[in-house]
Amino acid sequence: MLNRKVLSALGGVLAALPAFAYDSSYNMPAGVTDVAREVHGLHMTVFWVCVAIAVAVFGVMVYSIVSFRKSKGAVADQTMLHSTKVEIIWTVIPVLILISLAVPAAKTLVRMEDTRNAEISIKVTGYQWKWGYEYLGLGVNFFSTLAPSSNEARQLKSGIDPNSVKDYLLEVDRPVVVPVDTKVRLLLTGNDVIHSWWMPDFAVKKDAIPGFINEAWFKADKIGHYTGQCTELCGRDHGFMPIVVDVVSKEDYAKWLAAQQEATKAATAGASATATTAANTNAPAAASL
Amino acid sequence: MAHADTHDHHDHDHKPAGIGRWLFATNHKDIGTMYMLFALVMFFLGGAMALGIRLELFKPGMQWFDPGFYNSLVTNHALIMIFGAVMPAWVGLANWMIPLQVGAPDMALPRMNNYSFWILPFAFTLLISSFFTAGGAPAGGWTLYPPLSLQAGDSFPLTIFAIHMMGISSIMGAINVIVTIMNMRAPGMTLLKLPLFCWTWLITAYLLIAVMPVLAGAVTMLLTDHYFGTSFFNPAGGGDPVMFQHIFWFFGHPEVYILILPAFGIVSEIIPTFARKPLFGYDAMVYATASIAFLSFIVWAHHMFTVGMPLAGQMFFMMSTMLIAIPTGVKVFNWTATMWKGSMTFEPPMLFAIAFLFLFTIGGFSGLMLAIAPADFQYQDTYFVVAHFHYVLVPGAVFAIMAGVYYWLPKWTGHMYNMTLAKWHFWMSTISVNVLFFPQHFLGLAGMPRRIPDYSTQFTDWNMVSSIGGFVFGFSQLLFVVLIWQCARGGAKATDKVWDGLMTGLEWTIPSPAPYHSFTEAPDLTGTPDSHH
Repeated sequence: MLNRKVLSALGGVLAALPAFAYDSSYNMPAGVTDVAREVHGLHMTVFWVCVAIAVAVFGVMVYSIVSFRKSKGAVADQTMLHSTKVEIIWTVIPVLILISLAVPAAKTLVRMEDTRNAEISIKVTGYQWKWGYEYLGLGVNFFSTLAPSSNEARQLKSGIDPNSVKDYLLEVDRPVVVPVDTKVRLLLTGNDVIHSWWMPDFAVKKDAIPGFINEAWFKADKIGHYTGQCTELCGRDHGFMPIVVDVVSKEDYAKWLAAQQEATKAATAGASATATTAANTNAPAAASL
Repeated sequence: MAHADTHDHHDHDHKPAGIGRWLFATNHKDIGTMYMLFALVMFFLGGAMALGIRLELFKPGMQWFDPGFYNSLVTNHALIMIFGAVMPAWVGLANWMIPLQVGAPDMALPRMNNYSFWILPFAFTLLISSFFTAGGAPAGGWTLYPPLSLQAGDSFPLTIFAIHMMGISSIMGAINVIVTIMNMRAPGMTLLKLPLFCWTWLITAYLLIAVMPVLAGAVTMLLTDHYFGTSFFNPAGGGDPVMFQHIFWFFGHPEVYILILPAFGIVSEIIPTFARKPLFGYDAMVYATASIAFLSFIVWAHHMFTVGMPLAGQMFFMMSTMLIAIPTGVKVFNWTATMWKGSMTFEPPMLFAIAFLFLFTIGGFSGLMLAIAPADFQYQDTYFVVAHFHYVLVPGAVFAIMAGVYYWLPKWTGHMYNMTLAKWHFWMSTISVNVLFFPQHFLGLAGMPRRIPDYSTQFTDWNMVSSIGGFVFGFSQLLFVVLIWQCARGGAKATDKVWDGLMTGLEWTIPSPAPYHSFTEAPDLTGTPDSHH
């Protein structure tokens, strides 16, 4: 009776496993760029390789624990001390598995590093604690900070239920807007300390380091609203500088760009010390090392 | 003690009286005991900080701490657990067991042994006192990356000097281990008769001597950058913040193996004992340990795939890191082969060793995943990494330390401990450690960065589960303290051999408790077979 209950519960858990492994709240998102999907594929491949090895190795361990017990009268085989043959076997097989993993990984890596032929270049600057974006040659630049609703709720003992806030900690006042199906190059640097720009759906994570310009790229093929966060501890409010990228149609992007350029022109004509120009003057020079 | 006195010791088993016995201790057993107790205190202090972290992360929103203080908890939890709990526990076990295992009367350099221990309480007093300085305790992470770490307030020199002192202590401990093993082995104990705990510690000691000065150099450069106007790492002065990361991880990766290699040694002793079958592939185990130690020097930049290294660099560090899976696999396979066709019983040390075998291997799998550089871009600095290194450090290193304590405690105290309580401690710890750390894999993959005090609401469920596991794990460790306390006070008399198992080590040839002075006459092992025959 009890056994049957346990078995059916176990069956339920096992049946749920595949869903478990692919559901995006438990697993890496497949993403919306070719590179991200390749990375997701690599991740799942190495995961299943690990599962297969685990089943084999843990299987032998569990079998030994169950079968070779003194209480069951097992007598130890004192002659089994070493075997050069099996040592070679269990060295060579892992080598082959590793080679089979390293080849596709190397290919993806080469692809990820190829930042040539980008259509748009955006300079990304990490600040304590916000992001600065500058669309190079397009005259658009702005800061992107945590949305006020999240900022209010995240204060110590604010009394605001985070569940009542839309996209708590993952919403910004001004998102990055990029066109779909367009290769976008990011040039990343830090203004004060090291930050790291992570967008899981693009499989892009690159450190924004003072004195360095790092490169990364993505080409999103699905219109949508994508969120990420800073992933290098950068001080007190490290947890509160999210990243939001809106991937829009090329037409919507053209409209957005025109509106931004218009607004920037008006702002710089009006006052010279606006936040956007401050972003420019604060941004460090592309120091070489 | 009367029993031991009459056994084979005549009049030299008296101990110095009073506090002086501990302050001026030169006896390896006393120093070993102090190291172990110190590690236990630090384990609870670092653990209390971890519970603070899990308390804040129990649900979204900031309920308890200022984010800056949260960062201090994260930073000090790591420093205390690594340098205050795990490393001193290993040095404590080395102090107690290496002389007993090689048949030596004491460690080779007893006075230095005293210094290396007594530096530690001062080092950690400095570190912890930084919580009371203007600007609070260091909050830039235990990795101390500049420029962030240079933003610290008055805590900064305290942290740096504390790290210097911990490093000096570790180097002295390592020198002592090497000199003892190299010069004080019993006649006839060739290197290939050395118990594996000694072997792994010997290799660990070389790693310590190689890399602790590197850490000292790195933090000294931070200090001069902060106070003396140098610009080693300050880009505004032409410095290079990434260079710090290279130097730090050149220390940091061997450090990871410093924390785990002695665990491999302990497990390699316990599994043969309770499987009643000699260790399978003794030579392969020694060579695998040495290979891991060698590889640990050429993989450091896998901690920094996202800093923007040249492609060739990323390729090299990806491939070299993947190579580590080979000797580590050899170890796991040899332990498994040792259990195969054995005659197993499941006393507390064996239970912890088997849990180590399963759970450390899970940490190894996630380690292999992390080695794949393109995938690492998605894992780096997320909870997936937190889950990975806690699997290798908690049910890895810490469980192995506990296995060692459960294995040798009767030899130290002369009493058997409460087996039921030990099994409770084991099952509570093993179940809760998985509830604590396994969901963190999910959190990381789903996108939760590490070192954040608050999170987006879709991460709530697994954080709650993890926190519950954390609290159960934390409080379960009180059982360990009760057990040790009881065992020190009394209990069934332990025999010389303590366990019904296959034990070949010299420590089982002397009485329990081990007399204050053991092996004043060295045992002679000439003519006995090597461990692999």
